Amino acid sequence: MEVTLTHYLVLSTVLFAIGLIGVMRRKNLLMLFFATEILLNATNIAFTAISHYIGDLTGQMFAFFIIAIAASEVAVGLGLLIVWYKRTGKIDLDQMNSMRG
Amino acid sequence: MFEAIAFYLFAALTVVMFTITVVTSQALYAITAMAAGMIFISAFFFILGADFLGAIQIIVYTGAVMALYAFGMMFFDTTRKVVEKRVNPQIVFVLGVLAAILVVAIFVAPIVSNNIHALYPVQEGVGNSQAIGMVLFTKYLVPFELAAVMLLVAMIAGIVLAGKKMDKSLTLMTEEDIAKAHPQHESHHSAGGHH
Repeated sequence: MEVTLTHYLVLSTVLFAIGLIGVMRRKNLLMLFFATEILLNATNIAFTAISHYIGDLTGQMFAFFIIAIAASEVAVGLGLLIVWYKRTGKIDLDQMNSMRG
Repeated sequence: MFEAIAFYLFAALTVVMFTITVVTSQALYAITAMAAGMIFISAFFFILGADFLGAIQIIVYTGAVMALYAFGMMFFDTTRKVVEKRVNPQIVFVLGVLAAILVVAIFVAPIVSNNIHALYPVQEGVGNSQAIGMVLFTKYLVPFELAAVMLLVAMIAGIVLAGKKMDKSLTLMTEEDIAKAHPQHESHHSAGGHH
């Protein structure tokens, strides 16, 4: 019943697959952001598990910077989303085709 | 033994919570399940001995990011059911192949990593927070400062983007004044009600 590195990597893969399913099937942009957060968290688990089993702190450093990037992504993304919603009243991905040539 | 029990318990809980986040059609259910999943993920960090990262996970993700999403959702119509995308089968095929390659790469990685040695091994007799501080403020000082500047830029961008017309208090104005001040917004709101 020893929990090994492979257990954590399998869990991380399962969570990453769940996030990928979310990215593929969501049309609402807010829900798409949620799926992105799931992807980032899955990689965080993998980094921390590898850091623990190899005995190196670099993995935890990477997870730390990923959390910082996720926080800034949410700030900018939600700001843009609010501006878009004020302009159009919708946050559906399929209607964002104003840049189509 | 207890480690295995804790791992499997929290693994099942996290997978269930994130599955709810991905498949539900209610935005409020999604954000609640998401916050729960974030807290359950911090349990893995505590099991792995990364105490500092676990605390950061709870503070930043559950405290800051989820609160920011909750505030952001007040701007949107969250009671409406989320419409799903009719997926393009070619894109699903390509992404599925990519995910399969990713799984193979992850399972092959331990074979390749046998000759990896620790660059910054964990020091004996030093707590996790102290060890992280030692590595962060010596070896990773420049990325740390860059992350600080990036967070500042993101904060200013968020304020500038979302803070337009924040000087008018919509809660203290009457409905007629709001309709006069935001004629565009009102028309969109009535247009959105048909969906």
